[in-house]
Amino acid sequence: MRVLRNSNVVIALILVAAMVVIGLINPAFWQLSNIFSLLKANVVIGLMALGVLLIMISGGIDVSFTAFAIAAMYLVVRTMVAIDYDGVILPFIFATAIGGLLGLMNAGIIHKFHMIPLIVTLGTASLVRGLVLGGVGTSNVNIDEMPPSLIELGRANIVTLERANGTTFGLTAMILVYAALAILIHLVLTRTMIGRSVYAYGADPEAARRVGFKTGRTMIFVYCTAGALAGFAGLLHSSMSWLANPRGFVGLELDVIAAVVLGGCSIFGGRGSVIGTVLGVFILVMIQNSLILMGIDMTWQRVVVGGVLISAVAITALRDRRSPA
Amino acid sequence: MVSHPLIELRGVSKRFGGVRALDDVSMTIESAQIRCLAGENGSGKSTLIKIISGVYQPDKGEIIIDGAPVERLNPASSMEHGVQVIYQDLSLFPTLTVVENLFLNTYLRERRSTVNWRRGREMAREVLARLDVDLDLDATVETLPTAGRQIVAIARAVLADARLIVMDEPTTALTAREVERLFRIVRGLQQQGIAILFVSHKMREMLEISEELTVFRNGQKVAEGPITHFDERAITLAMTGRHLNTGRFAAPAGADVQTPRLLIEGLSVGHEVHDVSLRLMRGEVVGLSGLIGAGRSTLAKAIFGLRQDVSGRIELDGERLAPASVTDAIDAGVAYVPEDRLSEGLFLTRSIRDNAIASALGRFAPRLWLQRNRARAATEKMFEDMQIAAPNTDVPVSILSGGNQQRVVIGRWLMTDARLLILNGPTVGVDVGSKEQIHGIIHDLARNQGLAVLMISDDLPELAANCNRVLTMTNGRLTGELSGERLTEDALESALAAVTREGGA
Repeated sequence: MRVLRNSNVVIALILVAAMVVIGLINPAFWQLSNIFSLLKANVVIGLMALGVLLIMISGGIDVSFTAFAIAAMYLVVRTMVAIDYDGVILPFIFATAIGGLLGLMNAGIIHKFHMIPLIVTLGTASLVRGLVLGGVGTSNVNIDEMPPSLIELGRANIVTLERANGTTFGLTAMILVYAALAILIHLVLTRTMIGRSVYAYGADPEAARRVGFKTGRTMIFVYCTAGALAGFAGLLHSSMSWLANPRGFVGLELDVIAAVVLGGCSIFGGRGSVIGTVLGVFILVMIQNSLILMGIDMTWQRVVVGGVLISAVAITALRDRRSPA
Repeated sequence: MVSHPLIELRGVSKRFGGVRALDDVSMTIESAQIRCLAGENGSGKSTLIKIISGVYQPDKGEIIIDGAPVERLNPASSMEHGVQVIYQDLSLFPTLTVVENLFLNTYLRERRSTVNWRRGREMAREVLARLDVDLDLDATVETLPTAGRQIVAIARAVLADARLIVMDEPTTALTAREVERLFRIVRGLQQQGIAILFVSHKMREMLEISEELTVFRNGQKVAEGPITHFDERAITLAMTGRHLNTGRFAAPAGADVQTPRLLIEGLSVGHEVHDVSLRLMRGEVVGLSGLIGAGRSTLAKAIFGLRQDVSGRIELDGERLAPASVTDAIDAGVAYVPEDRLSEGLFLTRSIRDNAIASALGRFAPRLWLQRNRARAATEKMFEDMQIAAPNTDVPVSILSGGNQQRVVIGRWLMTDARLLILNGPTVGVDVGSKEQIHGIIHDLARNQGLAVLMISDDLPELAANCNRVLTMTNGRLTGELSGERLTEDALESALAAVTREGGA
């Protein structure tokens, strides 16, 4: 616990330092509208990161969640359009369930056949993306077709402020959803046996089995939750961007994994925390967002994400190595 | 009311395919008894543990717990009866704290779905107090030394209401002082009515801690009785079925008139080794003893080209040796068998032949291609010389016993035409019979081929019986030398104890 807490302190310090530096380069960073848009950009990546966090604590890795997010989102939106359904609760329940079921598929393959999560999720990702494009459709659902209820939800703000020129900006209410789910996952991870089983499994799967954890259940919990969070985040993304693109989220896996590792989660499993992950997501989103602010071409974003991922992995690997005496 | 033994096995047999792992074995463990189960590798010790812990079902025979026969014992019911096994790998969670490692087991047994950290902490504190040990509750287990981890494993077993704790080779990675502490804890457990089954092949420790001894050989019980009825010779005889030579290795004649095979003068390595000078003659076997961290391994690594922060002079047969890399050292004729042969020495999934030629690749592949026939012939010769017990050289090293793996490691170095062999813990994890044979092979090589051997070991009887001289090392310096009549186990022990008192550890 102490190490984790220390890691989180370190990450928070990095965050503060980065904010100060970016603010000095471009004071526009500190404008409330920028901060609000930053927070808004945290929501979808953050929700996905919570799922990836669970998987990485268990010692696994997942590159299929973005495909699951697309599948859940596109299937639900297309269905809503087709049957002319206008609501919020039911669609989100369905999107979450679709993601969860797809996650169950990952868990089943990985646990039953003792297969490497990276290969399994690469496979399921390709499979699901292909099925969506081939079986459901390839065209975008644009703002003119999007169910109004979803757009309404995506536009909801907690506070709305007015600029000098009369235009308004606000802080998205979806940040509350993100916060609530982050707290929930945090409580599950720290206060429940299923949560601790994830850490135990990540630390040593064989030892977890020997003390009597039902490790199959742990795997199902981890991969289903990750899938469910991705499905939920997928639909939320669609309602916040007023668009359902069946080819979206390509390459986002890397951003999310980078954020989780940046948050101090070990790629070897057994450690990681929600607080760290939330901070890691914020740092990553802030860096990406500030590139634009600092006038650096968008194309350089991938370079930055790759660099962040590799340095974060290197640092955590160094931290984790100084272990046995 | 008659008091029943805690656990009793009657006529238990277990076969795996054609192999009889246990043959009509009976054994009784009373509560609060410390029994030692001894036997060489493959004698059936592990099978017996797995039957007691419910992992295996016996083919024949009965298991009686508290006087009542138990039909089908499985791991869960075995634990309910109070049997806890501490395997050699300890099965702890390295990234979790001591507290959590201790309470998880209990919460699982109580079928809890939520975690009460405060209560878990209380439980952890209580059980450590019960064992009379002090550990940082919030430290992650990976930061603890092996001895500390072992205490966590024991405490976890006690928390799980153990009535019998089975410990598999518990002293393997411990220093003498840590073994003392372990024994103190074990005696404390005994006073609380907990029985202990030690599984070991270390004589001294068996004799020191156990009350009762059971010896297995080839799946059968070959000896049993109060420990006072045994001495080292009797135990060895029971375990191996033959008398072992415990005589001393005599120095070869005329060893000290030639140029020394290895000459070291004023050698310092980093902060770990200071101003070491020594010489080894052809055919000499010299021991190096000292506490862990005394700089023994660092010295070995410097000679083998693994350290570059070296000052001073190393000569091999009068020629200056300043290895910039392992390849240089090998070319010069130095061979090094590391402490941990599994992680540093062998490619477990590869065949004996692949492992054998790995160090001598340059010899068998002078240009681009490997000369298969030469490599095969050389491997076959080594295979014969080292008396490796395996069907052929194509089998993977992973299926060999510890003793045979060690022979592969040593044999492979001899294929490089080594002139100096450095052995770091040559017989750790090797059973008594194999140990004897490995020592025999080393002596033959020294005597017949003029190999000089530097043997680093924590096993004092091993050093006393096999070396011409033993040097002691403390805090990076050579602090003493014992040879001839003065070289005895007791003398070595007191030399090391003196070091400890001076604040060496």
